[in-house]
Amino acid sequence: MTATLPPETGAAGASAEPPLAASRPALAQDWRRLVRMGAVGAVAQVFIALSNMPVRLDERVIVKPVLSLGYLTLLIVPFAAGHRVGHQIKREGMPQHAAGAHEVAGGAACGAVAGGGLSLLAVLLANFDLREPLVNWSPMLAELLAFGNATRFAVVIWLLIGAAVGALGGGLRLLGPRTRRAVVTMALAVGGAAVLEPLVVDLAEGMRLEALTDRLYARRGGINWTSALGLAAGSGILAVLGRGRIQQARAHIAELEGAQRTRTNGLLILATAAVLIVLPLFAGKLTNELLANVGLFVLLALGLNVVVGLAGILDLGYVAFFAVGSYSAAVLTAATSPRINPELPWLVALIVVVIITGLVGLFIGAPVIRMRGDYLAIVTLGFGEIIRLLFLSDWLSGWFGGSQGITKIPGAGIFGLTDVAGTDPRRVFYLVLAFCALAIYVSWRLERSRLGRAWMAVREDETVAEAMGINTVNVKLLAFVVGAVLGSFSGAIFSAKVGSVFPNSFLILVSIVILVVVIFGGMGNIVGVIAGSAVLIGVLGGPKQPGLLAEFSEFKLLIYGALLIWMMLARPEGLIPSVRRSRELHQQEMAQDAWLKGQVEDDNHDDGGSGPQATPAT
Amino acid sequence: MSADGGQPAAGPLLEMRSVNAHYGAVHALRDVDLSIYEGELVCLLGGNASGKSTTLKTLLGMLKPTSGEVVLDGEVVNDRPTSYRVARGVTMVPENRRLFKRLSVRENLDLGAYLRSDTDGIAADLERVFELFPRVKERLSQKAGTLSGGEQQMVAMGRALMAKPRVLLMDEPSMGLAPALVQQNFELIQQIHEAGLTVFMVEQNANMALSIADRGWVLQTGRVVLDDTAENLLAHPDLRASYLGQADT
Repeated sequence: MTATLPPETGAAGASAEPPLAASRPALAQDWRRLVRMGAVGAVAQVFIALSNMPVRLDERVIVKPVLSLGYLTLLIVPFAAGHRVGHQIKREGMPQHAAGAHEVAGGAACGAVAGGGLSLLAVLLANFDLREPLVNWSPMLAELLAFGNATRFAVVIWLLIGAAVGALGGGLRLLGPRTRRAVVTMALAVGGAAVLEPLVVDLAEGMRLEALTDRLYARRGGINWTSALGLAAGSGILAVLGRGRIQQARAHIAELEGAQRTRTNGLLILATAAVLIVLPLFAGKLTNELLANVGLFVLLALGLNVVVGLAGILDLGYVAFFAVGSYSAAVLTAATSPRINPELPWLVALIVVVIITGLVGLFIGAPVIRMRGDYLAIVTLGFGEIIRLLFLSDWLSGWFGGSQGITKIPGAGIFGLTDVAGTDPRRVFYLVLAFCALAIYVSWRLERSRLGRAWMAVREDETVAEAMGINTVNVKLLAFVVGAVLGSFSGAIFSAKVGSVFPNSFLILVSIVILVVVIFGGMGNIVGVIAGSAVLIGVLGGPKQPGLLAEFSEFKLLIYGALLIWMMLARPEGLIPSVRRSRELHQQEMAQDAWLKGQVEDDNHDDGGSGPQATPAT
Repeated sequence: MSADGGQPAAGPLLEMRSVNAHYGAVHALRDVDLSIYEGELVCLLGGNASGKSTTLKTLLGMLKPTSGEVVLDGEVVNDRPTSYRVARGVTMVPENRRLFKRLSVRENLDLGAYLRSDTDGIAADLERVFELFPRVKERLSQKAGTLSGGEQQMVAMGRALMAKPRVLLMDEPSMGLAPALVQQNFELIQQIHEAGLTVFMVEQNANMALSIADRGWVLQTGRVVLDDTAENLLAHPDLRASYLGQADT
């Protein structure tokens, strides 16, 4: 036993590549799995086609005349299916086969099945009319699928395209890790440049570099195919040269300790702050507007993060505090406010807003906080709607203007120094940035405070937390209030920025989007929350704010959903996980690894040493 | 044998005077009298649903008695919240350890000292915990949930000790542990007790508990049916019967 164990476990435990077995013959496929995966792909294809994404997004060109976003949505599925089907599950003691014709053939077959979904759809489109339930069952779609030719053409071409793209996906497995990274970087660079087009153009104009963007992008949008090739080549070279450098730097920073660590962190934060302060000077309206929107959601998400991420209270009605903040700021500053209009300066009003929202937080929190789990979530959902309906109601329309809302809200004046009008996105962004900085600092301090620890204890085990002497009711209420106050900042800025508030700005959807941002970014993690809003709000757009991919706006929720599902499967800890969450979710694997390694050590040196439970490696 | 009067100092540290408690309509405790004196190791025995955990909850203030009095150090604390009692030295080690699994061992220990603000005292108690359980010190930055059962028990005990308890309430210390660990755990309790701590434990494992306890009570459907020294209880013919009766159902 001891004689055979070390080599086996050593091979599994160490990350050294185990020797590869010869590649499998092309036709020795796991056909059942292949067809199943292809069928899933086919269903996905049909779903995407009928969601109208291809037709709608056809206008957004990625690479001038070759690829539009619309076709990309259709091509990505067979590619992913073709890649996935060649995946080999690593099993201890089982040989890994080298990738070869088997992977390409499998990918092609799987991709063809997936593409077959569209072939079938093309036939159905030509012969049946299902416009009644399926609004997007249109001749336009049929035309797009057939590239303007006959249905027969569509049937064949999609089988071929599926096979080709699937083969590409499978073929990706043939590449060594280095080449693969270069290819992925190239794809990301071109895709990124296309997605960020408005932003890049805007920034280039600010920095008088139009010549560059004129060359890069075609006149009606999209990257010129020549520039795309250049960009791909450039980024590929960079990827090869910079191979592993970033990871090395990261590992290096992670190893730093104590004062050095603090200094590096401080420098990083300073650098980020400097970029964020300088960038808007060169950016045009569009970029600043976008950054301001992202910032507003960062504020909201940080607030919700305290409630959900730290204290573990699933609040589905968080928009209520955003609404109360917006409305109270509007009432206090606007001359047009129906009942009372003290026309306070914005900063003074903000103090009152914070108090009011804090009180509302207490008022809503008090009954809610005594519930647990699902019940709590549903009740908060209800309160979120109640607040909106109150603002909408006839009863209070004398105060808040009912569905007419409050308009002509003045900008945010700061001590008479500057007046941040909604028409000046740059100043709005600076204002948002200042409050984000404040909110980040507060969250950061809270997380490390005694109160923060009490929140986490309540999140982990409320009963035991109570037995430790933590007043769970008060602590949870406080989380609610802190979350409410952070949300009210966002609300007060929002009303000054937009210049008007209507009950319709505070739909349940806003709560959901904020929650998605928090989950997507990584619950309980400040950096994650910021990254989450940058990606979701910045790129896809918020509930009413267009993002970089403005064409996506009507499919936003669909994509949110898809992203969430992918997230739960692939990265349950969020985009940028907090160390805590990631460890907890991968605990078992780690414990197992550690056990194996400990075992190996024990077998090698019989002097006992660290015992079977060696500290898990990170 | 309820304690009668006397000076508070000489009286029991923690006491229940004919306490009745309900969960909704269910009558969980019926006229329970208990008294725990300083420096004692006492145990409350009983089968499932006999009211053992309810007794603990009532002592700690997580459940309010419908009648009767809970007395801590001569003061009736019926209306005092859990935090008040914890701050005055009543600390519980919950059943099944129930650590904050996703928090680090260090954070778990810190939470034990949640109500304390004497930094020096906390540091000293931390050292004491490390002395008692050197293993815990090695695991400080690890998530509590990744520890083995025995280590978790140590952390749970350490967490309780961090509250600087005068009386330690232990809810089923033998539950969910391998037999060897149970033995080890009881030795630990004895060790802590010998270091001067008052311990009140609630157990199903009567033999084990009585082998280290001074006195004990047997609880049956919320009523104290036996109240005697550990030796007498061990010898008591009804004790086995009461357990067998429970096992029959």
